[in-house]
Amino acid sequence: MAKITFITSDDETIVLDGISGSVMELAVEHNVKGIDGNCGGVCSCATCHVHVAPDDLSKTGPASEIETDMLELDDNTDEFSRLCCQIEISDALDGVVLKVAK
Amino acid sequence: MVIGASHSGVNLAFALRREGWEGEIILYDTDPELPYHRPPLSKTYLTNDERFSATPLKSAESYDRDNIQLNLGVKVASINSKEKKVVLEEGSVQSYDKLVLATGARPIVPPIPGLDTAINVFSLRTAAHVQGIRNAVGSNSDKKVVVIGGGYIGLEIAASLKKLGADVTVLEREERILARVTAPEMSKFFKKLHSANGVEVLTQKNVTYVKQNDFCNEVICSDGSTHHADIIIIGVGIQVNKELAEQAALNIENGIKVDATACTSNKDIYAIGDCTFHFNPYYDRYVRLESVQNAVEQAKVAAASICRKEVVYDIIPWFWSDQYDVKLQIVGLSSGYDNIIIRKEEKEQPCFSIWYFSGERLLSVDAINNAKAYVVGTKFIKANQHIDKSKLADNSVDFKPANLV
Repeated sequence: MAKITFITSDDETIVLDGISGSVMELAVEHNVKGIDGNCGGVCSCATCHVHVAPDDLSKTGPASEIETDMLELDDNTDEFSRLCCQIEISDALDGVVLKVAK
Repeated sequence: MVIGASHSGVNLAFALRREGWEGEIILYDTDPELPYHRPPLSKTYLTNDERFSATPLKSAESYDRDNIQLNLGVKVASINSKEKKVVLEEGSVQSYDKLVLATGARPIVPPIPGLDTAINVFSLRTAAHVQGIRNAVGSNSDKKVVVIGGGYIGLEIAASLKKLGADVTVLEREERILARVTAPEMSKFFKKLHSANGVEVLTQKNVTYVKQNDFCNEVICSDGSTHHADIIIIGVGIQVNKELAEQAALNIENGIKVDATACTSNKDIYAIGDCTFHFNPYYDRYVRLESVQNAVEQAKVAAASICRKEVVYDIIPWFWSDQYDVKLQIVGLSSGYDNIIIRKEEKEQPCFSIWYFSGERLLSVDAINNAKAYVVGTKFIKANQHIDKSKLADNSVDFKPANLV
């Protein structure tokens, strides 16, 4: 199990326990504002953009090539950006803090 | 009250709560399954035999958490818009303050003689359809499948069933597949892709009748050719579920006509998703879109409008399709194009994009395994910015917006 913290653009902090699946699925399930996951998690829409807290980047790893390309859709992309449908939940993720992109 | 609990209806219900709606929210759908993601049905869900239920849009608990009443397997028989009431098929009457039609569409079954009595004939729109197809294909994979219709849905199903080991033939009436939606080059690419994967794609095949022999069907075309089929898949398009809207005397054209807030010609009735005919400011015309993006975004606009917020629906449409290892991403609407640019990247796997223009104006991009092209295209369409075609066609020019103006 992994404790995952989302901070929305309204500065609401939501802490969720994830067991399996993707971070996007967990966020959608709990109505985290700003994460839509419109394409169902196949890296086709960029509606699940989060900024990983800089210290936590080792937990999530970097974005893949196609993910990096898709992230370019958003003007607010930085080196901590990920599409969270591409982050699988595992124990390694425990304690991660994700800021939902605007 | 929301009639239809798929992508648009469900997203509307949750968006209403987020927008602060405090009243009751009641969803009805005829489908008995917990509302699920539809796009994977023809793709991963069809081929993944470990999944016995489709991926839910939301868990059952999340409806409870937001106090959303989800009524599944229930059919709304009629609407009385004057008294603001609906009648359910089992007879009970329910009143509403605001009604949202998220009724979607259903597959068209062409009037081909013999099709109605043929065995193992399927469309694909619901989880139950997928279960039916899977049961018919069974565990022994030597079944012969004929797919009628070479559009995206037919081609995705063909690819998925091939993966399951079936012997698949696609019959397309036009002279090329995807004729209505892509340039000839794209049709050629997909035809070749399917051939390379062992799917037979035949064009100019107008099915005239279906004959049943013992335990299989014979599909007969106007050119006299006969195609043996244990299973027939129909993928020739959809028709809007507009019967309830007609009863409510709403304005209907190529779908239920709505304004920029997703409101119909009746101020207490909204319509969202596949069933709507709405204005798109980027293309300056009314359109009907069959996509998840449209369902979700229009739902958000309707929810905000119902909660008296000022909103305008203006999206650049996007779509995607997965076939074999190829990912197609589409942005924009290519209809009305008069010239194209093809840009090919030098990579091992196919990686290219087709850019559709009307004169100098970029309308749409089809990107094959090329998210970069999709993203660059989206930016140019959004900004309505001029793109230098010669730089675009030159794959030695780095694929960045600044390099292409």
